[in-house]
Amino acid sequence: MEAAAGGSCGSGPPPLLLSEGEQQCYSELFARCAGAAGGGPGPGPPEATRVAPGTATAAAGPVADLFRASQLPAETLHQITELCGAKRVGYFGPTQFYVALKLIAAAQSGLPVRIESIKCELPLPRFMMSKNDGEIRFGNSAELHGTKVQIPYLTTEKNSFKRMDDEDKQQETQSPTMSPLASPPSSPPHYQRVPLSHGYSKLRSGTEQMHPAPYEARQPIVQPEGPSSGGPGPKPLRHQASLIRSFSVERELQDNSSNYPDEPWRITAEQREYYVNQFRSLQPDPSSFISGSVAKNFFTKSKLSIPELSYIWELSDADCDGALTLPEFCAAFHLIVARKNGYPLPEGLPPTLQPEYLQAAFPKPKRECALFDSYSESLPANQQPRDLNRMEKASVKDMADFPVPTQDVTGDDKQALKSTTNEALPKDVSEDPATPKDSNNLKARPRSRSYSSTSIEEAMKRGEDPPTPPPRPQKTHSRASSLDLNKVFQPSMPATKSGLLPPPPALPPRPCPSQSEQVSEAELLPQLNRAPSQAAESSPAKKDTPYSQPPSKPIRRKLRPENQTTENQEPATTVSGPASVATVKPHPTVQKQSSKQKKAIQTAIRKNKEANAVLARLNSELQQQLKEVHQERIALENQLEQLRPVTVL
Amino acid sequence: MAVCVAVIAKENYPLYIRSAPTENELKFHYMVHTSLDVVDEKISAMGKALVDQRELYLGLLYPTEDYKVYGYVTNSKVKFVMVVDSSNTALRDNEIRSMFRKLHNSYTDVMCNPFYNPGDRIQSRWALFAVHALFLQGLPC
Repeated sequence: MEAAAGGSCGSGPPPLLLSEGEQQCYSELFARCAGAAGGGPGPGPPEATRVAPGTATAAAGPVADLFRASQLPAETLHQITELCGAKRVGYFGPTQFYVALKLIAAAQSGLPVRIESIKCELPLPRFMMSKNDGEIRFGNSAELHGTKVQIPYLTTEKNSFKRMDDEDKQQETQSPTMSPLASPPSSPPHYQRVPLSHGYSKLRSGTEQMHPAPYEARQPIVQPEGPSSGGPGPKPLRHQASLIRSFSVERELQDNSSNYPDEPWRITAEQREYYVNQFRSLQPDPSSFISGSVAKNFFTKSKLSIPELSYIWELSDADCDGALTLPEFCAAFHLIVARKNGYPLPEGLPPTLQPEYLQAAFPKPKRECALFDSYSESLPANQQPRDLNRMEKASVKDMADFPVPTQDVTGDDKQALKSTTNEALPKDVSEDPATPKDSNNLKARPRSRSYSSTSIEEAMKRGEDPPTPPPRPQKTHSRASSLDLNKVFQPSMPATKSGLLPPPPALPPRPCPSQSEQVSEAELLPQLNRAPSQAAESSPAKKDTPYSQPPSKPIRRKLRPENQTTENQEPATTVSGPASVATVKPHPTVQKQSSKQKKAIQTAIRKNKEANAVLARLNSELQQQLKEVHQERIALENQLEQLRPVTVL
Repeated sequence: MAVCVAVIAKENYPLYIRSAPTENELKFHYMVHTSLDVVDEKISAMGKALVDQRELYLGLLYPTEDYKVYGYVTNSKVKFVMVVDSSNTALRDNEIRSMFRKLHNSYTDVMCNPFYNPGDRIQSRWALFAVHALFLQGLPC
């Protein structure tokens, strides 16, 4: 155990104690990052780097790549960066780097990212694009540069940072199954030398000559694969080259081919043209999307097997909406082309195929994004009460109510919904509520991003004059008056309770921010008004307290052209009561009402949470009783057995 | 955490079953199978009312000494059954609900895929990953 780089930065993180294996591994990694940065002397044997640690700094680019390859979420990596002191000092000195590596190992072992975590013994951090560092530890440094089929695209684009991590995280479960030792030998035969496009082959040949040089220059690390030295351009070679390029001194060699052009997952311009034309043939509007069935027919023509197509679809449909926007379509097409040319499919969507990346790389109308902004706030607010409803007793009625304009969605068969774009709209919309609530799980997937906004807008436009909401089952508690509800609330079993109570219409009232937006606002407002009212009535429907007709009802009626049933009032009205007093202008009133509704809904949410807690407590008590009864029963049975001496033979 | 998660189709055949402990899987399969009766019973009990008003989360189906079985049914009569270890400091009802919700989300993701034929066994890797996370932490991350 030796203290590492204690002299470099005393005021940084506490001194590290590294084992020899860790020291070797870290210094090697550091050398790689540092070497790439300054084009300094070729990374010599690990020992040599110990001489230079005090002076070298690792560039942010390769370090970021390395961290990303560790497959930790972006937040963890940011945390690590901060903790290790790099943010403070502004660069990755050896101390910071080592601490960061140790923190990465801690995070990968499941420990919290804290300075204290690094004090204990930890396994080496694992990075996706290279072999397990554990392999390195055992002296097989050649493995370090072995190829993995799914080498994530080593790009310094920070905007793909987060997505990469999420893809990597998903890869985590699959990566252990791919033994590093097995992949290099198997990869060469697996690849064909068919260029993906003439663009690729051109660039590839341009960089091929560089390949032998890096390998020789790359000190003791010898490439095990035969093709690497001889072959012109099998993928492993390319990947190795790209890997090495990012980390090695030969980085300048690749300047002529900036941005890893021979990376198989990068779409060239002519490919892009082709894909866009194909897209247009399926769907004239390039800013719209292709439905799942159309895409399925089209991709089936590529004669790939269905499981592979299914996998490609999963990779490329980032927001999981059952339809492909232009970037998604390009990514899917590209993956198909790659697969047909013999490249194995990646475990996760490469960064160059991410929709956002493709959008940024090739300008595209940002209609969805703008719309998404306008609806973004509506969606989260929607989801919260909506999720509460689901938690409390959601039902399909929520789905039906939520996309108010698309009343055709009765949501009996969710799957049927997805078969067409139209139906997919409500499904996506109805999914949105769940997604932000499960932010942990789905924060990576911008589900609602490119799709829901457009879908909502279209849904809105289509449903200018939505039919009246279905009649609410009355005589059940209202959400707003939940204080009364708690009293009235019967602490019955949740199961029975659910049988009694009608479903809460999940309609989350669209919050006011969206109102201040564009023309669609005008359409929005009626929807908003109806939505809150429906949410209001849903919550009334939940508990057993009788309604009270709020005085503001007439005013709300005025604002909403659709006929509002009387039960529409409750929470919305109590909230909107003060707001709607004597206001003639619809807009300010609506806005105030919406804000008041929001508050009312939030209070309702709180009350519901309390009710929920009560229920949960009750549940646990009852289960406790059940357990006791079970034990009694067992005891009694035992007694019975004992008292039955002779009859048992 | 969940020791077994199962997705059962409308016709009561399994679309996806996965148990955490790999030994004695048969016991969990059997538990899930027997729980289907309870699920049907609950559905029919609530089914008197309109389908719209039926709760998706069915709650605790039945407890045994070692395990508790929870159920959830979607509107297309696809059932999710989760077997949880009783020795776990009782997972709160809300947590179970959120686990089911995430399972439901994963299921809809699988449904989204136009190459997935409803009624096929689920072999999607993403779905499997989400379920795997359920096992590990109780809540997918």
